Amino acid sequence: MAEVHPAHGAHGEIHRHEPPKGFIRKYIFSLDHKVIGIQYYLLALFSVFVGMFLSVLMRIELGWPGHEWSFLKTIFPNAAANGTISPELYLSLLTMHGTMMVFFVLTTAPQGGFGNYFLPIQIGADDMAFPLLNAMSFWITFLALAVLILAFGYTLFFNDPNMEKVIGPIGGWTGYAPLSALGDAAGPGQGMGVVLWVSSIALFCIASLLGALNFITTMLNMRVRGLSLMRLPLTCWAWFTTAVLALLSFPVLLAGGILLLLDHLAGTSFFIPGGEYVNGQLIKEHSGGSPILWQHLFWFFGHPEVYIAILPGMGLTSHVLSTFARKPIFGYRAMVYAIFAIGLLGFFVWGHHMFISGMSPYTSIAFSLITLTIGVPSAIKTFNWLGTLWGARIRFTSPMLFAIGFVSLFVSGGITGLFLGQTSIDIQLHDTYFVVGHFHLIMGVAAIFGMFAGTYFWFPKMFGRMMNEGMGKIHFLFTFIGVNAIFIPFHVMGMAGAPRRYASHAGLAYLASVMPLHRFISYMVFITVGAQLIFLFNLIWSMFKGKKASENPWEATTLEWTIPSPPPHDNFAGIAPVVYRGPYEFSVPGAPNDFSMQTDPEGAEAPGH
Amino acid sequence: MGKLIALLLVILAVGTAYLFIGQNLWWFPHNISTHGQAIDDQFMRTLVVVGVAFTLAQLALGYVVFRFGSRGNERATYSHGSNKLEAVWTVATAVIFVALAILGQRVWISLHLNAAADGAYKIEVVAQQFQWNFHYPGPDGVFGRSEPQFINDSALNYVGLDPADPNGKDDAQVTTLAIPKDREVELTLRSKDVIHSFFAPVLRFKQDTVPGMAIRVHFTATETGRYDIPCAELCGSLHYNMKSSLLVVTQDEFQSLVSLPEEKFKDRLNELMAQYQQ
Repeated sequence: MAEVHPAHGAHGEIHRHEPPKGFIRKYIFSLDHKVIGIQYYLLALFSVFVGMFLSVLMRIELGWPGHEWSFLKTIFPNAAANGTISPELYLSLLTMHGTMMVFFVLTTAPQGGFGNYFLPIQIGADDMAFPLLNAMSFWITFLALAVLILAFGYTLFFNDPNMEKVIGPIGGWTGYAPLSALGDAAGPGQGMGVVLWVSSIALFCIASLLGALNFITTMLNMRVRGLSLMRLPLTCWAWFTTAVLALLSFPVLLAGGILLLLDHLAGTSFFIPGGEYVNGQLIKEHSGGSPILWQHLFWFFGHPEVYIAILPGMGLTSHVLSTFARKPIFGYRAMVYAIFAIGLLGFFVWGHHMFISGMSPYTSIAFSLITLTIGVPSAIKTFNWLGTLWGARIRFTSPMLFAIGFVSLFVSGGITGLFLGQTSIDIQLHDTYFVVGHFHLIMGVAAIFGMFAGTYFWFPKMFGRMMNEGMGKIHFLFTFIGVNAIFIPFHVMGMAGAPRRYASHAGLAYLASVMPLHRFISYMVFITVGAQLIFLFNLIWSMFKGKKASENPWEATTLEWTIPSPPPHDNFAGIAPVVYRGPYEFSVPGAPNDFSMQTDPEGAEAPGH
Repeated sequence: MGKLIALLLVILAVGTAYLFIGQNLWWFPHNISTHGQAIDDQFMRTLVVVGVAFTLAQLALGYVVFRFGSRGNERATYSHGSNKLEAVWTVATAVIFVALAILGQRVWISLHLNAAADGAYKIEVVAQQFQWNFHYPGPDGVFGRSEPQFINDSALNYVGLDPADPNGKDDAQVTTLAIPKDREVELTLRSKDVIHSFFAPVLRFKQDTVPGMAIRVHFTATETGRYDIPCAELCGSLHYNMKSSLLVVTQDEFQSLVSLPEEKFKDRLNELMAQYQQ
């Protein structure tokens, strides 16, 4: 729909903000939320391909344990000198994969990327509340990534024999102390590798805090006239709640990270108890610390982090489902309250990661009960998505396919939490592949499906061109089949007793039956990763060669579809739009079109209602 | 496209059902503990709830994408939802999930809130990178004093027995865990260096060992045999290789074993290991 909005009229010109002219101010150190959003997106895109590459290396070792590959000698002349991924290299691959994916992909793209770009536009603002803070949060995130990347090639620049066999620390993305606190005595990469890793995370925490402040202020203060809270798109509610979670949880991880750094650099013992005998040596310099303290600090952040990763995807899925179902979202208020409930409960369940950690068994019971109640708002969301599709006129576009995929994966990944959240069942399944399957489906793949839906949906607005639908559909089919074929078998491997974070399961006789499954999963990974190259090609190709996008190619209703594609520097050309109705008014009886724009005054109640 | 997605979702539902109830190649190892059956039963109860919910949700999603594809210029139903339905599914899921959560605590309580019975046999477990050490009190039934400053791996004093303590003279330090059948065992779990996790899949048992803490746990094995005890918490480069054997022997065999001094204890343990091949 190429109708011209009144906001583009000439009388708005006096309020216009001119875009900066120089290349650096325009594209590098830009204060424009749209440029910063794309910067975050590209950072996440880079990180996701690095993280995926690391997982391919791990799958090579798990599928063909001990096999010698000549190309590995080329990539890792020291760490894989004979062409086999050593156990310590495997663990550093695993640690970097987790850290890359959780922090630099799942936390950046949905919030820093899409949130930055579209929150201001969906609320009718010309930028975020604090543009300079916004740029700072991106560049600190960039610095954090650079510090993490330094671990890969550390020995190219510095001499540290303990870093030669690894590409970072070997303690997993959770970095449990005291393994992470004891330095090189505990294993290769645990000295400088941990220092780089935890410094990177501390920087990331600071960046996320700045970003969170910005999101909260922007959404509460900068909404245009008529855009009352209950007329906000569900994406905005998701970004807002995510920002609140980030604001409350990242400081705790920051504190934990600084304490861990002090244990390394300042001789403190926050996480190191007395009487440690490590690698043949009694440690006399440390005493009095608590390993469990790290787990509490880490998971107090770590569990809300799961929702930081998935909530934006849930908001976006609601948004996209409603748009392409051509139906109002089913139970808008219930959806908003469910987001709040998930966010709130998310702060009281971190202990379910610690049932068998040695903390009080009474505490475990309380955490278990609260954990299972999180299933209730999650179920509400699923029911409402199905309700939205009931009686719909679905348009099967690429974003819609990924949104439908999100619902399916959200169910598959979320529902196994009912096993793991129970103390007694967790005794058996804790730290097995069952857990790996569970969290990859829910916070990994479902969240990434949210990002794919967001990419296909908003690409026309961001770059002024459409992505190729044919390639999008093929990408969806391969990815949806692939991720299920990879992660659902993980669950039965866990039931068979396969412990996670094992460089090989070949040494455990009772796991002989899972070895063929490992190889099958590796093949599925290669196919799924191959499908992501289709996506990457589509993304780059469409930026230059895609069909030109109109202002509102999807016939959607929210504010971003009232301005040109791509939007001008100040979004609304100096005139604030006025909002007359809720965000999902599709197929309104008697309306001229099957979509009623939020800015369309026709037949609407007075603004500000 | 709607038909294709619906087909995929049906395949997903059927394939997953097959994986969880149609095959027995990949399943829990058989259970040999008195509490394990209750965990398996709770797993099956949960599997029924999860399985029904999963299957219905995937099939419902498949149905709506199959049924409600775009057709001509006909408009979608205009509806903002139903508070009655919201209330129904909120209450229904809350009742089911909370009931599961409550049922799921029973085994936990029996294992972790109740102490071991009086007659339980006590064994000290000391984990280290990348080895399990099991400390038996010897024929006198009294553990010798152990402290970190006495640990000396090269002299095979892995658990740090005080050489001056007479109670420790007959203690045995071994790397295989032998326990009696049908008699409760109480383990005191410690770690010398980093966090490890004692995982015995056949016992349906797992507990982290944490440096600086002594965690007491108890269980009863019901079948003789030799089984694996892998480490379940990432503990360093050779984590994947940190495993030991669990040897469940008859009560007579066990009694005669633990009444032996250390050297003969080890020899007899090797004989029993050979006798109970996996």
